[in-house]
Parts: sequence; C-alpha cells; structure tokens
Amino acid sequence: MIPKEKSVELYETMVRIRFFEEKAVELFLKGRLPGFLHSSLGQEAISAGACSTLREDDYIISTHRGHGDIIAKGARVDRMMAELFGKKTGYCKGKGGSIHIADLDLNILGATGIVGSGLCIINGAALACQMKGTDQVAICFFGDGASNTGAFHEGLNLAAIWDLPVIFICQNNLYAESTPQRVHQKICNVSERGLGYGIRGQCIDGNDVMAVYETTSEAVERARKGLGPTLIECKTYRWLGHYVGDPSTTYRTKGEVEEWKKRDPVKLYRAKLLEMKIFSEKDLDEIDQQIEKEIEEAVVFAQSSPEPEVEDALEDIYVGPYIP
Amino acid sequence: MRQITYREALREGLKEEMRRDSNVFLLGEDIAEFGGSYKVTQGLLEEFGHSRIRNTPISEAAIIGAALGASLAGMRPVAELMYIDFSGVAMDQIVNQVAKVRYIFGGKAKASLVIRTQGGAGRSSAAQHAQSLESWFTHVPGLKVVMPSTPKDVKGLIKSSIRDDDPVFFIEHKLLYNEIGPVPEEEYLIPIGKADIKRPGKDVTIIATSRMVLRSLRAAELLTEEGIEAEVIDPRTLVPLDEETIFNSVKKTGKLVIVHEASKRSGYGAEIAALVCEKAFYDLDAPIKRVAAFNTPIPFAPKLENYVIPDEKAIINGVKELFR
Repeated sequence: MIPKEKSVELYETMVRIRFFEEKAVELFLKGRLPGFLHSSLGQEAISAGACSTLREDDYIISTHRGHGDIIAKGARVDRMMAELFGKKTGYCKGKGGSIHIADLDLNILGATGIVGSGLCIINGAALACQMKGTDQVAICFFGDGASNTGAFHEGLNLAAIWDLPVIFICQNNLYAESTPQRVHQKICNVSERGLGYGIRGQCIDGNDVMAVYETTSEAVERARKGLGPTLIECKTYRWLGHYVGDPSTTYRTKGEVEEWKKRDPVKLYRAKLLEMKIFSEKDLDEIDQQIEKEIEEAVVFAQSSPEPEVEDALEDIYVGPYIP
Repeated sequence: MRQITYREALREGLKEEMRRDSNVFLLGEDIAEFGGSYKVTQGLLEEFGHSRIRNTPISEAAIIGAALGASLAGMRPVAELMYIDFSGVAMDQIVNQVAKVRYIFGGKAKASLVIRTQGGAGRSSAAQHAQSLESWFTHVPGLKVVMPSTPKDVKGLIKSSIRDDDPVFFIEHKLLYNEIGPVPEEEYLIPIGKADIKRPGKDVTIIATSRMVLRSLRAAELLTEEGIEAEVIDPRTLVPLDEETIFNSVKKTGKLVIVHEASKRSGYGAEIAALVCEKAFYDLDAPIKRVAAFNTPIPFAPKLENYVIPDEKAIINGVKELFR
C-alpha cells in the first residue's frame, strides 16, 4: 500500500509533467521555441513512479525525451522552461536546450541526445557510489531504440559484472523514432535481455504508476543492499510523433494512438485515487489548478528572462579559460 | 640525475597521484594482473587493489562512459584505451559526452578525467594498431590533448593531467616506453600548455611531437655538419598550444619545419602552419615545410612501414629545402 503522501507526490508529478509537456508543445507549435522538441506525453507514469523511489542524492540520467524524468527528479520547471526558450536563466544557460537539461545539484546527470550513451555513463556514477561505500543508487532511463545500441550491451554487461547499483529503466514506447519495435528487434520484451547479462529483467505496465513505483522500489532496495543492477521494461506509448511536428501517420494508425490514449496514465491514476477514496475530485482539481498556475508562472519567468550574451558562447567549454 | 624509462616514469606519476588522492583510480582492459598491454600499470594492483585498478571487458564505450559518470560523481578516473586506434569504438563517449558535458550543462559539470592511450608505428602493428590520430581530438573543443616525448615530461604531465579539472586526452607512443632519460627523484609537475625547447638553435625551428622529437634531435645533430643549427621544440601539449614559444622561435630563425608521425593531410602540422601564417607570417623568410607520414594506412612489412614514416633523413631533407 502506497502511503498517502506518496500518492499525492505521484499524482502531482504526473500532472506537472503533463502540463509542462502540453505547454511546451503549444509554445513550440506557435514557433516560440528554437530547435526541436521530443514530447514525453503519455509516458508520465514511468518518470513519476521511478523517480519517487529515489532520494535526492541518488542519480539519474535521461534521454532526448527527458523532460518528464527530470521534472520527476525534482528539477524546477521555471528553469527548465527557460532552457527551452534558450534563456540565460535556463538550467544550461541556454547552451543545452531541450535535450540536454541537467541539474547537477539534484544529481541529474543530464539528458544526453545520443541514443544509448547514458547506459555507459550511469555506470560511472554508480561506481563512484560503490567505491565511496555510500548506499546511493542510479537510474538510467532509455528507450526501446537504445536497446539495440552497442552502448546498451557494454553498459549492462559492465553494470552486471561489477554489481553496480543501477536500475536500467526501458521506456518502451514501441517505436524507435519511426521504426516499430517488431521491425527493429526480434523479441517482444526488452526485459528478456537481462538474462543475457545475468541480471534480473522485469516487464511491467508502464502506464500504471503504482506498478512502476512498486517494481522500481524493489530494484532500488536491492541495489542499495549491493545486490546489483536490474533491468525494468515499462511498456508505454508516445502520444506524439518522434518530435513535435512529426505527424507519425506514416508508421502508425490514428486508431492505435486513440486506443493507447484510453489508457492515459494520468487519468488511470486519478481514477484509482478516487476509487480508493484517498482523495475527492475537489482535492485533485485543486492540485491540477495549482500546477497549471506553476507552469504558467514558469512560462512568464522564461519569457521575461534575459537572452544570453554572445560572449557567453565562449564560456563553460573548459573549467579554465577559453582556448582559442 | 637518475635515468629511468618512459614507462617507469609514467607509472611513478600514476602511483604518486593515486597515493595523494583516493579519488584517483584506473580502469581499462588488462591493466590489473596483466599490467597493461605495454606494462605501464604493472605492479599497481599489488599496492592499490582491484577496486582502484579495475580490469574492464573489451568495451571501450563502457570504459569511457564509466570514467565520465564517475568524474561527474566526484572521482578522478584515469581510463586506458589500449590503442588510440580503438578510440573509434568509444568516439561517441569521447566527443559527444566527455568533451561536451561542461558546455551543454551550462558550466555546472566537471569531467575531470584522463584518457590514457598510445599510438604510433614502428613495430609492424599494421593499419589498426599504429595510427597517430591526435588531430581527431585536437579538433574537438572541450578536450585537452597532451603528447609527451620524454620520461621527465610524461611523468610531470600525467600528474598535471590527473589534477586538471578538464578532460585530458593523453597520448603516449609505443616506441617511447623503453626510452631512458633523466627524471628527478623529487616531486614535480609540468604544466599543461607549455612547450619545451629540446635543443636551442638559431637557423631553423623544428616543431616535432612524440617520437618525432627524438628523430628531430638526431637530425639536428647531423645538420650541424652542414653548418645548420636547428632549434627543436616539443609542444608537449597540443591543446592548449604554447603559441608564444613557437612564435618566439620563428621570429629568431625565420624558418619553420613541422614534423609529425601522423599522415600529413589535415595533421596537426597544418594547424601549426596556419597559426604561424596568421600570426607570424612576416617573421618567415622561407615557406613552412611539413615533414609527415604519407597519406596511407600504416603498412605491416617493416620495409614499407619505415618508408611511410618520416626518418632523420626526411627531416634533414625537409630542413635543407629551406636553405636552397
């Protein structure tokens, strides 16, 4: 049974991700945000469920579709929004953008834009914890597409042989960019690959936040005790295309999208909370309104923030000064 | 002063830094019991144990990724890539991750790690084990590139590299490990970014890197018979480059020959030549001469390998061209 405070936290986090992503899509389509945007709409339960099992000093690393994971680990939505706008107040001072948001103070080792790369980096953070004798753990988020990279193989194998405190969480949204899973791999469940590395692989419903929370909690506990890594595959669905603006109609049907939207992770959890009579409609509506306001304020903060100065482009390459 | 080998000096530097700072650890293929492919880490396991002398699988991306993750979590890893040729396997981690994290995260991240590797021809190692690929890495902002040629330099520079807060790509040469030279018994550091005048001279400046420093020094001795006093400069660090020492020498001699073992096309010599043309052109009284390997893969047969790599004769001929 998940305690009441945890239930609020899970719901708030999912709604915060939902509203942030909806707002980001809206702003992007209005042409307000530079670059590209990869929306995690539909995948909120994995970010919320997994990160709510962590302490602040635990590590995560995320992907190009990482807003949800980073919000769930506790990042401030105003500084995230400012980063999407390329502003100086953004988490990366406007140098990283949507796919590279990091908050090192929260042990968020960023989002990395190269598919699969995080699977190798996370091991180092986990190794540092192991060598220092702390009981910190690290979560690596990645997609089904990443499970076909060499980095997946190298990363899982190294974590396994060194018994590193890592939880590898596959956000299997069934598509590697535009390529359906049935086309990009022979297996249906990425979790089966755990066997090949001698680690536990589990496959769960990624749209059920309680399932994610409970499964991850167990893996985190095992990792804290020094029992090594776990591979958790969370089946989910990416509501939008690979990037905002990709209509996704060339590789999947509208019917399929509609079917998955019926399993909206936020609505499912809301219904659950109401059914369990933990909260009333009014309680949850209040949470929604408060978070909506938070996101609006984040947009105001971002829009009213200063642009970087051009000279800033030459800073932060090295700890030392710019090398001409 | 005592005389020790390049290998011994390097090992001493690693040992001293590991004793000084418990956050320093080594990881790489076959570095523990086996002592490394070129025996640089031999004996370190006995003193520091398996936790800090970490054998890895043959997984170059996992090695560099783990080094990066560990550095982000406060460690100072020294990762060994057995051959510089193998860096291709880890190129995403080196170029997109290690070199970029500080910048894309707005200056919050420190990738305080060293990637030790070795390159170069001369042992019939053929095309995949004998390249000189330093210019791949000098081209990527975010990395520092160090390439020492003497026992004294390799020790002082590995110590500085380990202490440096920026990522250092540290390139040794397989035919330098057995070279003997004077190395002080007392502790010393050699700063990154400082060239060394290995032989003073007034008539021509020879800038040489790695093993070509040794050949250039022998060529310079032979050139005295022709009445030419060559000044031989070893930049020791390619990024950052000590431009001042180079420009001062060119101002004095008016002639510049650049010698490297990498193939000539787009080699680092092109960068040095361009810098001198941009900033010291009017100090030259002859065209700049590059003496470098032919633009071929490194051949296996000794006769062929010797042919494509510059020798003393090629250096002497290169210098004499400027005195016609």
